[in-house]
Amino acid sequence: MLKKIVMSIALACFLGTAASAQEPKTGGTINVVIQPEPPGLNVAMLQNGPTQMVSGNIFEGLLRYSPKLEPLPGLAESWTVSDDAKVYTFKLKPGVTWHDGKPFTSADVLFTVDMLKQTHARARGNLAQIDKVEAPDDLTVVFTLKQPFGPFINIFEVGSFPIMPKHLYEGTDYKTNPYNNAPIGTGPFMFKEWQKGSFIHLVKNPSYHEKGKPYIDDIYWQVIPDAAARSAAFETGKIDVLPGGSVENFDVPRLSKLKDVCVTGDGWEFFSPLAWLWLNNRSGPTANKKIRQAIMYAIDRDFAKDVIWNGLGKVATGPSSSAIKFYTDDVPKYPYDPAKAKALLKEAGYNGEKIRLMPLPYGETWQRWGEAVKQNLQDVGLNIETVATDVPGSNQKIGDWDYDLAFSYLYQYGDPALGVARNYISSQIAKGQVFNNVEGYSNPEIDQLFAEGAVATPDSKRKEIYDKIQKILVDDVPIAWLLELQFPTITHCKIKNLVTTAIGVNDGFRDAWIDK
Amino acid sequence: MLSFVAQRIVKGVIVLLAIIVLNFFLIRLAPGDPASVMAGEAGASDQMFVQQLREKFGLDKPLPEQLLIYVKGVLSFDLGYSFRQQAPVSQLIMERLPATLLLTMTAFAISLIAGVFFGTLAARFAGTWADTAITVVALVFYATPLFWIALIAILLFSVEWDWLPSFGYETVGANYTGMAHVLDVGAHLIMPAATIGLFFMATYTRMTRASMLEVKRLDFVKTARAKGLKASVIQRRHVLRNALLPVVTLAGLHTGTLIGGAVLTETVFAWPGIGRLMYDALLQRDYNLLLGVFVVCSAMVLIFNLVTDLVYRIVDPRIEFAS
Repeated sequence: MLKKIVMSIALACFLGTAASAQEPKTGGTINVVIQPEPPGLNVAMLQNGPTQMVSGNIFEGLLRYSPKLEPLPGLAESWTVSDDAKVYTFKLKPGVTWHDGKPFTSADVLFTVDMLKQTHARARGNLAQIDKVEAPDDLTVVFTLKQPFGPFINIFEVGSFPIMPKHLYEGTDYKTNPYNNAPIGTGPFMFKEWQKGSFIHLVKNPSYHEKGKPYIDDIYWQVIPDAAARSAAFETGKIDVLPGGSVENFDVPRLSKLKDVCVTGDGWEFFSPLAWLWLNNRSGPTANKKIRQAIMYAIDRDFAKDVIWNGLGKVATGPSSSAIKFYTDDVPKYPYDPAKAKALLKEAGYNGEKIRLMPLPYGETWQRWGEAVKQNLQDVGLNIETVATDVPGSNQKIGDWDYDLAFSYLYQYGDPALGVARNYISSQIAKGQVFNNVEGYSNPEIDQLFAEGAVATPDSKRKEIYDKIQKILVDDVPIAWLLELQFPTITHCKIKNLVTTAIGVNDGFRDAWIDK
Repeated sequence: MLSFVAQRIVKGVIVLLAIIVLNFFLIRLAPGDPASVMAGEAGASDQMFVQQLREKFGLDKPLPEQLLIYVKGVLSFDLGYSFRQQAPVSQLIMERLPATLLLTMTAFAISLIAGVFFGTLAARFAGTWADTAITVVALVFYATPLFWIALIAILLFSVEWDWLPSFGYETVGANYTGMAHVLDVGAHLIMPAATIGLFFMATYTRMTRASMLEVKRLDFVKTARAKGLKASVIQRRHVLRNALLPVVTLAGLHTGTLIGGAVLTETVFAWPGIGRLMYDALLQRDYNLLLGVFVVCSAMVLIFNLVTDLVYRIVDPRIEFAS
């Protein structure tokens, strides 16, 4: 079997050299905002943002990803893919130990596959592609797939596939395992203390497998619930890092202009958050394709980008973010054109039925966006009524399909088979789900194309399929795509090399250092 | 007196049970449940995930059964398990209670002492510029929203002048001990305590002033003057003591609500107390935790009401306990 070697020494060196030419200095403490306080620290059990942000320092995945989404070594130091694209063989890094001193082996990887199938909804979907997993020796893991699965190499970052310690979890009730709140991983930092409501303290792992790293001694994740207070804490210098989304968007330009403050939009390439309006395709005016298209023409998305998001982000062209694989902008376009929207509404026979709009209850920026979109839609003659609710209320209404228009944004995970298909294929229509195909769009052709796209080889064939999918979807407008969001990470400039990979601050601070 | 206290305790337990039952259903009237919140946060979820969560939290059981399990737990001093924080509710509350008590009691003490002092002063010099100044300032603090005062205080004292820390209970990572720790916590306490304190101080100032002016007009004050008593003695022993009853009533009510009522202040100053715990639990539909905080706050209100009744007796010996 002819194997193609994927790993390269150049990529391995990427992290250490790409972001800074200066010699890293050791020591120091980084204070980072964490909001909301995570419910737990085991990313295999909880997949919310704050949990991943902290535990990305404690746990590791087999692979990491460059900003261009190329795989980089993690706990696996090399990997090969068979010619038929069905067998993935990972060679694990030797000499890696858990924070409690026990050795990390292929048995941990095999155990993790079983555990994630039970605890991790997203991993469960990805792992369904696996026929069998074997460990021929302590440092080799072989995944054999049922059929080729294009994005398989993209499922191994720490949030999607965190490697868990078999010796601490096997035979226990995962949900109540005491290590969920005092986790033991292989990562660059070790859990030290969690004072609920105040802070989470991580300390340097002196036995970390990347020699000389990490450079920082301590990380304090500070819980500050109020957005304005988070900005103030950063201004006073008590906080060094404001991860993306920590402060209201309108505060970003002001904070960016402060002395010795650095801002980067990098580190979101893997997630590529895309914001849209769910349009209920089942009933009411939005069941009509012409009205859905009218909504696309009626919304001034450039205004939203320039004014509400302070110029950050990019106007979305369709179901894929431009940062992920197989994106194309060769699709029908929907510029801001109220006259065209009015004409389409007339054609559709819209007669002033009430349409409920549910903004996302995630703070001031989203509220303002809700108001702007409402005004846009009212300007073309749509009868819009805002439905205000909190997060649980919004989740329930979306899950029960009890809405007409609802704001949302979702991650795309680098590949359309991982993060795009789920929002449009019929098999993902199920009541009670907050995400996936909640709009109720059902198109057998799209179902078929997404099924083919996931397993097609080579990539040129996949591109062909996804080009076609994007064209059909953009014409059908099952949902109204708004913006590719950008959540800038704001730091004091003395913090170096914080964001180096496609998942940014979620990937652990092994490369970060402080220029004292 | 003992039978009075015993009677009040029995009544208190009945009231507490009624509060639990009412709140149990009220919370569940709000849309969404903890499973839908956590599924929403996961960024990806399927029905199996939501179902697993509901089973884990016992939310798949009929409501009356859930209530029965909860009440049984409370009667054996078990407030249940927090769905989201994955810890016993009583542990979470006990972790947060000291911070809230420190904040609210400091604010309460300062506001009561300063409020009564300024109220007395205003009444003593009623109609003069001092009275007007005190009344206007009290009115401003009474009418200004707490969160605005808090944010302006942060901007001035932390961002502009760097005198006081803007968030938290202590300097994280400093590991102070002894007096240094006390001073550190004290520095963190000033702004949140002052924010809450100013509002209540304004209330007590206005209440004391009004009450004293009312008492001053009564016959026994005239008699005291006619007897030739010194103005300061009349003011202190005759007027203030009689004027304090409504202030004590108000303070009693406030003490109870202060426990759970510091939500805004605790949120803005990132003070790790009960108010914030309750706010987070509400947003996350963490039923057990929310109910637990309600139970503790209700118990506090009942206890402080009892204490208020006892204080009445001290302030005004004419009041007798009905048995």
